[in-house]
Amino acid sequence: MIDIKDLHKSFGKLNVLNGITEIIQKGERVVVIGPSGSGKSTFLRCLNMLEIPTGGEVWFEGINLTAPGADVDAMRQRMGMVFQHFNLFPHLTIMQNITLAPIKLKLQNREKAEGKAISLLERIGLADKAGTYPSMLSGGQKQRIAIIRALAMNPDVMLFDEPTSALDPEMVGEVLDLIRELADDGMTMVIVTHEMAFAKEVGTRVMFMDEGQIKEQNRPVPFFDAPQHPRLKEFLSKVL
Amino acid sequence: MSNVFDNIAGRMSSFIENLVTQFTRTFIVDNRWKVFLNGFRNTLIITLIAAAIGVVIGVIIAVVHYSAVQMKKNKRMTLLKALLLAVDKVLSAYVAVMRGSPLAIQLMIMAFVIMRGFSDKVVVASVAFGLNSGAYVSEVIRGGIGSVDIGQMEAGRSLGLPQLTVMRHIILPQAIKNILPALCNEGIAVLKETAIVGLISVVDLTRASDLVRSRTLAPFFPLVSVGIVYFLLVLLLSTAVGRLERRLGKSDRH
Repeated sequence: MIDIKDLHKSFGKLNVLNGITEIIQKGERVVVIGPSGSGKSTFLRCLNMLEIPTGGEVWFEGINLTAPGADVDAMRQRMGMVFQHFNLFPHLTIMQNITLAPIKLKLQNREKAEGKAISLLERIGLADKAGTYPSMLSGGQKQRIAIIRALAMNPDVMLFDEPTSALDPEMVGEVLDLIRELADDGMTMVIVTHEMAFAKEVGTRVMFMDEGQIKEQNRPVPFFDAPQHPRLKEFLSKVL
Repeated sequence: MSNVFDNIAGRMSSFIENLVTQFTRTFIVDNRWKVFLNGFRNTLIITLIAAAIGVVIGVIIAVVHYSAVQMKKNKRMTLLKALLLAVDKVLSAYVAVMRGSPLAIQLMIMAFVIMRGFSDKVVVASVAFGLNSGAYVSEVIRGGIGSVDIGQMEAGRSLGLPQLTVMRHIILPQAIKNILPALCNEGIAVLKETAIVGLISVVDLTRASDLVRSRTLAPFFPLVSVGIVYFLLVLLLSTAVGRLERRLGKSDRH
């Protein structure tokens, strides 16, 4: 589904990604962990071209996103993204936040988009918040709204960039529960996170990134129980 | 004692009589109020058209600049990118020229050189003020766009929305809310700067007051009355913007 070929990204002289080649299959739930500054977020953001790679290629469902003239907007409609800081639109109501993209992109008319939004809101128990503004919600509620805003586009894959890192501890659970539900529904996901227990539980594959490279990857159980790479051993000993 | 009172009362009554005469000569005789009314109308027309032109030009310059900066991030050079960068350069030169020379000179160049053949000087003045204001507004809006969190653009783009759509529906509404006080300042500045259109013989409020004053040779009413009118217009504008600010603030935390 996503085919990454020798991906490089540098900001000026700083090399953040040093050659990543990876294939993510449909139905996989890839969890990326690693120390700060290891390039995990940059890697994720290269998948939907929020960061433009300085080298290598990213293919999504047979289309080269890094080729000149690639219709990146059309591809992004099928790749939902959830950010650390939610990035809800503060001047729009919750309903408008969810329906803006489907309506403006003429994927659905207003009536249909709002019907879909309501059913998504009901699913997460926030239907009564449809007419309110993001500033009136808690962090956990905001992030769950951000997730269903992405889901309203019916994406084929969801990218999560540290979705719980900006939350109060007591609100982490509700967000992880929702992501877990999506996982149970078979959604393809790439998740950058620091929640190790969650990574182990939800991931079908865990990657360890350091110095802009994937140093080790495995199924969750052997990954956490029998790490091989010394950097991974050191990292896990610090965070577990 | 009664002599003193008589004296004061006499002076008072002659002072008031004098005021009434002056007032009558300034506004009533020869229907001079029509001169003021006409001036008021022109001041209003020029201000409104100039402000509208200024906002449109300002938004265009700021958005072009934003797009050019975004495009620079991508190393690949395309025709569109080259074109956009060139346009951005031209527009920033335009801003430099507009801010770097006196408005009075720009106004006269517009009236006597560029739009020389144009008979309606009210339109000429509106265009000159609009072009000048646009340069200032563009800088204000540029600041406003910069004040919106980068995550807003990223969130919009990640949903598959094109950059201009995100700009229009997500970035600009938040930017304009943030810069309303500065935009209001610019509106006030334009209104008061229109007082120089007499230079190209447009009869605005200030020029009307000049004309009447030179006929009556009584400066008090012509000057003070138009001063008060300007003040009331500014008050009206700032009250309206204050209301708009409160209305747009309804999505803020309370």
